[in-house]
Amino acid sequence: MHHFTPTSGLIGGALIGLASAALMLSAGRLAGVSGILGGVLTTSRDRAWRLAFIVGLIAAALIGPLLGTSGPARLSSSNLVLYAIAGLLVGFGTRMGNGCTSGHGVCGFARVSARSIVATLIFMGAAIVTVALVRHGFGG
Amino acid sequence: MMLILASFGCGLVFGLGLLISGMTEPEKVLGFLDFFGTWDATLACVMAGAVIVAGAGFALARRRSAPLFAAKFSWPARNDIDAPLVAGSALFGIGWGLSGICPGPALVNLAGLTMPMIVFVAAMVLGMFGYELWQRRKVAGETASEVVAATAADG
Repeated sequence: MHHFTPTSGLIGGALIGLASAALMLSAGRLAGVSGILGGVLTTSRDRAWRLAFIVGLIAAALIGPLLGTSGPARLSSSNLVLYAIAGLLVGFGTRMGNGCTSGHGVCGFARVSARSIVATLIFMGAAIVTVALVRHGFGG
Repeated sequence: MMLILASFGCGLVFGLGLLISGMTEPEKVLGFLDFFGTWDATLACVMAGAVIVAGAGFALARRRSAPLFAAKFSWPARNDIDAPLVAGSALFGIGWGLSGICPGPALVNLAGLTMPMIVFVAAMVLGMFGYELWQRRKVAGETASEVVAATAADG
């Protein structure tokens, strides 16, 4: 159903890297989405730049399609309980582990941080095992 | 003001990158995580492109004394591998594997105001609050037991 798209992957990835580099060079902050969102929810200080980054993320899905990108994903509403459970795990887990795909994955690898590389290998491993169990594990 | 504008711009470009790369589509992400199905290696290309460009930008930042619109660089200080890092990352990975959604794409997709994304983001925020509350209780509990210990020592 989905095919390997290396060119758009590399271009999109380069933009993600550019945005991460630009946030450090301009604001001195690491582009970790879970950390930025967590900070908005729990700290009273420096909320403004965090909110601005999040508004930018959301705006991308509205501005992007005007420039020819795809719009926000359209998912089936038949699995709302699954999305609720997954969302809870992602929220709790990223705060406990101090980062997600952007902070530990992209920025952590770019900084060659052992802590972030270990975290990335663990969440990727856990995700691969989960997909294997859900899609192929139960007699599938 | 410049800090806010720059931060908005970075979020915007970050989000456009996610959309162009296809990483806002949970099915495409799950295609990468599905090693035993028809494996889609796109996510590896996205990571490679992002890490190379971010790495070059960070190297540039290391040579400067301060960022453009803030007083100092806030680089992560820790480099230890502790139990919360391992357990938290594992829990995150399970949620990511169940849904194909991580925090960045969740926020970009929230713009569509579809029920699955509203539910996911609301649950994610709840999970973040839940962790914070748990931490505060733990700290409060530790302080309380210290008080008890101190009183006991006095008695």
